[in-house]
Amino acid sequence: MVEGFFSRGFRGRRRNQDPALPPGQYLEDGFPVLSAGPTPHTPLEEWDFSVVGEVDEPKRWSWEEFRALPSEEITRDIHCVTKWSKFGTRWEGVSVDTLLDGVETSAEYVTAYCDGDYTTNLPLEEVTGGKAWVAFAYDGEPLEPEHGGPARLLVPHLYFWKSAKWVRGLQLTAYDIPGFWESLGYHNFGDPWREQRYWGD
Amino acid sequence: MDELRLDGNAAAGPLGEVFSFEVTTAEYACRGCGRAGRLGEAMVYDVRDLGIIIRCPGCDYALIRLAPNRDRYLVDLGGTSYLTTG
Ligand SMILES: [Zn+2]
Repeated sequence: MVEGFFSRGFRGRRRNQDPALPPGQYLEDGFPVLSAGPTPHTPLEEWDFSVVGEVDEPKRWSWEEFRALPSEEITRDIHCVTKWSKFGTRWEGVSVDTLLDGVETSAEYVTAYCDGDYTTNLPLEEVTGGKAWVAFAYDGEPLEPEHGGPARLLVPHLYFWKSAKWVRGLQLTAYDIPGFWESLGYHNFGDPWREQRYWGD
Repeated sequence: MDELRLDGNAAAGPLGEVFSFEVTTAEYACRGCGRAGRLGEAMVYDVRDLGIIIRCPGCDYALIRLAPNRDRYLVDLGGTSYLTTG
């Protein structure tokens, strides 16, 4: 998309010495938009969020029910595999712990699925214990569609492609299923501190 | 007797020929909806250094996915049921 070409123009100042910057990253002041497909515009009255797969009983929330869940303010640094990092991003969202509360499962992996065909896979233990959220606000405003609104996954300790835009649910699985980018050469785990960009890193 | 089963090098000639073609006029059929078209008329999402996704204009199915991978590319043609060489 054209936005890809234009956003390549911006480059934040280099602060490679900054201990908060993972290896190979540079600091970005803007918020580049990366989309692998058309931006969905699901009306809120049709939106829902589900927990499915290896669970005793699937769970589902309408937008209203989802927004009635306890939410948290989250301030975290984010790191994109295309080498930009952004410090202190402010989000509001529902903890994945809250969404999985009471779910009985033997699953060890989770696939986040989205409007469109995007998926990303994570070990279940990387999205539990206060490490991941389903975010619906950014910088005090409802999350814009181009940034993944109405809601996106937020897993700030991993490369940002794991923070799936337009997320609609979590599928709990016994086996690890590589997602959209993970099946196309990108690292299955994606830890920015270990610079896990590609297969074999 | 396996004389008909050769290793991949034996296909190098024809494959090399096949994989250097005029892409814009190449024709495809979409695995999502069956629609046939020219690659030059499909929709391209250039995901800012992450990859390039070519989608069907009829159903948004990802026809071809391309990602840089160190000093090479990874290509997934799985969204096309065929692709003509030019
Ligand atoms: Zn199609």
